[in-house]
Amino acid sequence: MKRIDAINEIVSKTKATDALLVANIGIPCKELHHVCDMPNNFYMLGSMGLASSIGLGLALSRPDKKVITIDGDGSVLMNMGTLATIASVQPENYLLVIVDNRAYGSTGNQPTATSKNTDLAEVAKGAGNNEVYEVDTSETLRETLSSVDNGIIVVKAEPGNTDAPVIGMSPETIIKRFMDISAL
Amino acid sequence: MSPSLSGDLTPSESIFKGIKDAEIDFIVSVPCANLGKLINMVEEDPDILHLPVTREEEGVGVCAGAYMGGKRPAMLMQNSGLGNSINALASLNMLYKIPLLMVISHRGVLGEPIVAQVPMGELTTKLFDTMDIPYFIPEKDTDPADMVSKAWELASEKKMPVAVLLPIQFWRKQ
Ligand SMILES: [Mg+2]
Repeated sequence: MKRIDAINEIVSKTKATDALLVANIGIPCKELHHVCDMPNNFYMLGSMGLASSIGLGLALSRPDKKVITIDGDGSVLMNMGTLATIASVQPENYLLVIVDNRAYGSTGNQPTATSKNTDLAEVAKGAGNNEVYEVDTSETLRETLSSVDNGIIVVKAEPGNTDAPVIGMSPETIIKRFMDISAL
Repeated sequence: MSPSLSGDLTPSESIFKGIKDAEIDFIVSVPCANLGKLINMVEEDPDILHLPVTREEEGVGVCAGAYMGGKRPAMLMQNSGLGNSINALASLNMLYKIPLLMVISHRGVLGEPIVAQVPMGELTTKLFDTMDIPYFIPEKDTDPADMVSKAWELASEKKMPVAVLLPIQFWRKQ
């Protein structure tokens, strides 16, 4: 499976649970926007590495809402402390999905450390997260998503991007539309 | 709310009073020796959600999420952490117009015993100037609590990060 297949599954889950959805910088944002643009989506256009942190802040601030973050292997490697911080609180409403395609997909598929010896699911567990799942097909991702609202899912994927177009919305429009839902 | 009240407070108490006056309800922290007492006050306050983070850049992200969730966020940090936060302050907070109060222990200035603190100590205000991020520094007759709540007001009104820089001498009265 590729990232786009994971995004399709996550979108279904987001719709079914009316969750807030944070998307990682670069092609993940574009692919999500292309698959399903909705006000629940926050497109993080800059600040590489911080999607999981933004999702954590949201989840802690809105315990009444489910929050999902779509992250990537390169981004989690850039902000690995996030796995320890998430483990320190493990909010019941926070689900981090790491699409691990072993490559920096948005910059030309240069290999990341997960293409060598790093196992992000093991890192997440070692950081102290109790609910860590690993899947490698759309079907197993769908199954896991149907029964899980919190913790960390590592999706083992193949590298590869679709040609989803650039997002036309301004950052101000993105956040305004999102906060009409996310901020009480 | 009377500014003169702060006169009887310790430095940590006066900053905490400013945080409460500003109704800050979400705080991330990366410690500094000078922030120890303040961090304890924040941790014990039932109306503030306090989350220790591993790195200041990570804290910028968590605070941005908290703001989007309707909170009033602040970060307690040492000025050394400004260096690893710059990309996030620019490409997250300034891009989307997200407010953040940064309460910063400013090391590497007058009275600094550790030589390694000096380079970032001297660069800190220059970096803020370059980024057009406003910062407040306590003067002899400033009320620290008032300064902190004004800093949040500015952050909230301009929808951007605003810093309060608290140098070594400020903490001497602890
Ligand atoms: Mg990747």
